Amino acid sequence: MDDFIWRALLAGLAVVLMSGVLGVFLLWRRMAYFGDTLSHSALLGVALGLMTGMNLNLWVMAVCVLVALLMLYVQHNPALGSDTLLSIIGHSALALGTVALTFLPNVRVDLMAYLFGDILAVTHSDIALTWSLAVMVIGVMAWIWRPLLSLSVHAELAQVEGVKVWWVSAVYMVLIALMVAVAMKVVGVLLLTALLIIPAAAARRFARTPEQMALFAMVIGVLALLAGMGISLQLDTPTGPSIVVAASVLFILVQFISPRST
Amino acid sequence: MSTTHTVLAKLEHIGLNFGQRVILHDVSLEVYPESVLTLIGPNGAGKSTVLKILLGLLVPDQGLVWRMPGLRIGYVPQKFHLDRLLPLTVERFIGLNLRRHNPAAVRASAAEVGIQDLLPQAVQSLSGGELQRVLLARALLNKPQLLVLDEPGQGVDVTGLNELYQLINRLKQVHGYGVLMVSHDLHLVMAATDQVLCLNRHICCSGQPEAVSRHPEYLRLFGDLRPSGLAVYTHHHDHQHDMHGCVVPLPDTDKEHSHG
Repeated sequence: MDDFIWRALLAGLAVVLMSGVLGVFLLWRRMAYFGDTLSHSALLGVALGLMTGMNLNLWVMAVCVLVALLMLYVQHNPALGSDTLLSIIGHSALALGTVALTFLPNVRVDLMAYLFGDILAVTHSDIALTWSLAVMVIGVMAWIWRPLLSLSVHAELAQVEGVKVWWVSAVYMVLIALMVAVAMKVVGVLLLTALLIIPAAAARRFARTPEQMALFAMVIGVLALLAGMGISLQLDTPTGPSIVVAASVLFILVQFISPRST
Repeated sequence: MSTTHTVLAKLEHIGLNFGQRVILHDVSLEVYPESVLTLIGPNGAGKSTVLKILLGLLVPDQGLVWRMPGLRIGYVPQKFHLDRLLPLTVERFIGLNLRRHNPAAVRASAAEVGIQDLLPQAVQSLSGGELQRVLLARALLNKPQLLVLDEPGQGVDVTGLNELYQLINRLKQVHGYGVLMVSHDLHLVMAATDQVLCLNRHICCSGQPEAVSRHPEYLRLFGDLRPSGLAVYTHHHDHQHDMHGCVVPLPDTDKEHSHG
């Protein structure tokens, strides 16, 4: 196999492992919109990075973390009407990013690569960054697992029982923001939430405990990655969307398997 | 209750506004060990808000919140809904916030409220009455000194309601906890509470149940329930039902058994 396929597989593997463990909580907390707002804002980070000529990943991470904290603030101030405001933030950032990209002199930008991913162009340094982030994300998630699960079940009950709800929420949101920055290469900003949501939703069918569900989400994510890349190489289709299509097909197939009782 | 000088928690002159709207005005209360304080009042009176302020979930605009240092609190929230996509057994739910896995403590707590059989079930499969008992088991797990219950009777049928309040009262004698609760089940609450506080954004009246139910402010809000309507209806049962609805004999048949 060619070197670029191995690089793509390695980077994709790190991303689906992260999205598996992060995605289940997005489902449990009904925060799918959160993934959309964050990933859409990533494009603004790209534009800023290209404009200043500085490290692109760093800019995307900075913008995403900033947006995540802004969303956390909005969430704790329900008077602001969170859904509407989040939608405005996300789409504005996406539009602003796109507009800004066209104004860049001397830079020819492949917008499609950012919108739908360009996993076959992954570099060695991308792999190093993605894997170090994956190790960190999974490590931190293991560390905050109990309090995060507890607040996902009932935030006020968790708080009365001593969980630092704000801090645990903030850590989780920052992890997603960081993941978005590296996952952008794999599926692009428009389909990124699918990678968080679909494997997790498919995993529900088999899982009897929260931990099993996260584990199965990772496994289904890996299967979707392999199948999607296979399709993409065979039929010469765009890789990111092919991975998402594979995940959706897996989700539908899983629905025909009889569910566990819990 | 005035014989015990230990106050578990208290609110002094609490005020809370959302913008121009006054949510609470000058609310004060004290909770004592082994004593039940019940908040009653119409919808939107701020009853749950008072509980949340006492629990530290909301910060008031005016007034003082005091909790005994190191106070262990058990809380049964008003709205509990678990997403269907989260696979969680009752056993896991009850022990969710234990730092160390402790199946023995979870089983003991479940046994106290009579839900051992529910432990392996999914939380989403519970009926309203079962869910309230499961929430109570979780609240009891930490050996609370103060139990805060926000409408513990919601979704519970009439038979279960009576049993639930009896259970809360019986366990009070075992554990010695103080209870602060919000309830709509006026006729049942009046019999099982030491002090009633009638709230309608401010405190309308408070005191012993008998006195409060004759207070003009109370009568204006709830009407006179004593002679008609929801008067306590006493009758005899020759059997009772267990948690699954099966008929079981009464534990003590010569004893009078009354339902509200």
